[in-house]
Amino acid sequence: MALRQPLPQEEQTSSLNDKQSRQFNKKKPVHPKPKKKKQKWNFKRTWQLHVLVLPAVIVALFFQYAPMGGLIMAFQDYKPWLGFLNSPWVGFQHFKTMFEYDDARQVIWNTLVISLLKIIFQVAVPLMFALLLNEVRKMAFKKSIQTIIYLPHFLSWVILGGILMDMLSPDGGLINQMLGFIGIDPIFFLGDNTWFRPTIIISDIWKETGFNTIVFLAAVTAVNPVLYEAAIMDGANRWKQTLYITIPAMLPIIIVVATLSLGNILNAGFDQIFNLYNPLVYQTGDIIDTYVYRVGLINGDFSYGTAVGLFKSVISFILVVIGYRLAYKYADYRIF
Amino acid sequence: MHYNTKAYRIFTICNYGFLFVAAVLCILPLIHILAVSLSGSSAAAGNLVRFIPIDFTLDAYDKTIGNENFIRSLMLSCSRVILGTLVSMGLMLCAAYPLSKTDKEFKGRKIYTWFFVFTMLFNGGLVPTYIIVTKLGLTDTMWALVLPHAINAFNMILLLNFFRTSVPKSLEEAAFIDGANHFQIFLRIYLPISVPAIATISLFTMVFHWNSWFDGLIYMTDASNYPLSTFLQTVIVQQDFTNMNVDAETLRNLSQRTVQAAQIFIAALPMLIVYPFIQRYFVKGIVLGAEKE
Repeated sequence: MALRQPLPQEEQTSSLNDKQSRQFNKKKPVHPKPKKKKQKWNFKRTWQLHVLVLPAVIVALFFQYAPMGGLIMAFQDYKPWLGFLNSPWVGFQHFKTMFEYDDARQVIWNTLVISLLKIIFQVAVPLMFALLLNEVRKMAFKKSIQTIIYLPHFLSWVILGGILMDMLSPDGGLINQMLGFIGIDPIFFLGDNTWFRPTIIISDIWKETGFNTIVFLAAVTAVNPVLYEAAIMDGANRWKQTLYITIPAMLPIIIVVATLSLGNILNAGFDQIFNLYNPLVYQTGDIIDTYVYRVGLINGDFSYGTAVGLFKSVISFILVVIGYRLAYKYADYRIF
Repeated sequence: MHYNTKAYRIFTICNYGFLFVAAVLCILPLIHILAVSLSGSSAAAGNLVRFIPIDFTLDAYDKTIGNENFIRSLMLSCSRVILGTLVSMGLMLCAAYPLSKTDKEFKGRKIYTWFFVFTMLFNGGLVPTYIIVTKLGLTDTMWALVLPHAINAFNMILLLNFFRTSVPKSLEEAAFIDGANHFQIFLRIYLPISVPAIATISLFTMVFHWNSWFDGLIYMTDASNYPLSTFLQTVIVQQDFTNMNVDAETLRNLSQRTVQAAQIFIAALPMLIVYPFIQRYFVKGIVLGAEKE
């Protein structure tokens, strides 16, 4: 959720004007200041500000930056009793192993497939919902639908995992009972390699669609009503209006959401997979994060786990940066 | 005029119907689990319960409340939420105030901002983080659950954007002229004005702490230190009782379907209660996050 919050059209333009006017002011200051000797950091006036950031900086150093330093063990044969300093160096050995192992390659492939499908559906379905909700004229109905479809986002995958395991159980789970009525044999959704991925995708749509709709809904409501009036004058019906006004107007937001989610392509959803999978579906369901947890922490292969994790972090980092660049270039999106 | 065409009317009816069904599908699983938890155990075990409880009884809730493992993890979760939110909000608010200044007022603001934003883009990953937290000796303490997540760069940006946009500059300048320092301005002007934003982000943080389970699983070596989400993860999702050291009676209770449903529902309950309050704010929060300088 964190990285993809695009902005309504209007604010962009206003902020741009702001910036322009500021630049303009910079060029021609109304009251030229008398030249003072420049104090570079000006600690005397700002030490209090430094003091205020300090605690957060310390915490981030320990818990965000120190682990980044710990990444060196991806190039070592890390032994806990030897520590970072004395463990022997092995260079790129672990990365080589990763590409030679069949299960590691499988894991990377699974991650890509699952998250790509999720990205496609999490752009398309919320977009469709936003467009449909926009056609609802009864505000009370619209508001209550929104309230209800946002709800699953706030429940954790532990809770939803518990509920889903109960409902999807092959012996008498609610879903299989329903399927029984129309004469379908019970399906072991969470233990069958053909069904695991669809189950993951559908349950993800079920949980997150409502929340992801918000962004699109904001964009739909921000479309200038004058455009619709003009279109009505030209005799466009509701469908034509959607096709030629709403969708083109929303294109920037769609681009932003899609490009920014590409940065997450190696995040197929640890919480969800971890709470729903089991050894039966490792073949189609095991993703990089769950694999790192198993080999790194459960099997205690710290260095190999770190190497796989580092591979993921580096690719993600590159993709996120590219994503931001593209979003900035094509949709004028900025994060702060 | 086009609203009256036949095609549009048919579309409207289908649209309302579709949205209604979608919304119902979103909450049916919760209703189902509630119905199971309120049913007699034989009816639940026989898969007879759909959306209405059969043989209504509060037995499952009785057993859940009577289970000391459950209660202890519930209490641990509550203290985690309180401590986690206080620490996190304290750190983030203090940092967001200086970062909301302009580059001119606070040289070095850019460096600090990038310092935090970089943590959004890149991280050490699971294993190194685990090793650092363990080496700091935080295993089996609440701090292992609180400190690694204390700073959320995204929430911090929301806060600083709020500071930037909703605190009138003139108010601040007037206070400076009256001789106030940064600490006073932060406490007396910024914080009171930003109560809505602080409440929103606190709620987000609370939801995060209530729902997280994975750090409990890896940083707590003793199952008696598990917060509620982690407890449920091991007992209901993993069905792993090895760490629990429970006797046969408790074990039978824990694995009963109605009791599991009751536990799931109790864990979901705070979210269902808090949700209407956050709901009012989070749309605003997201728009806020989108506001740019």
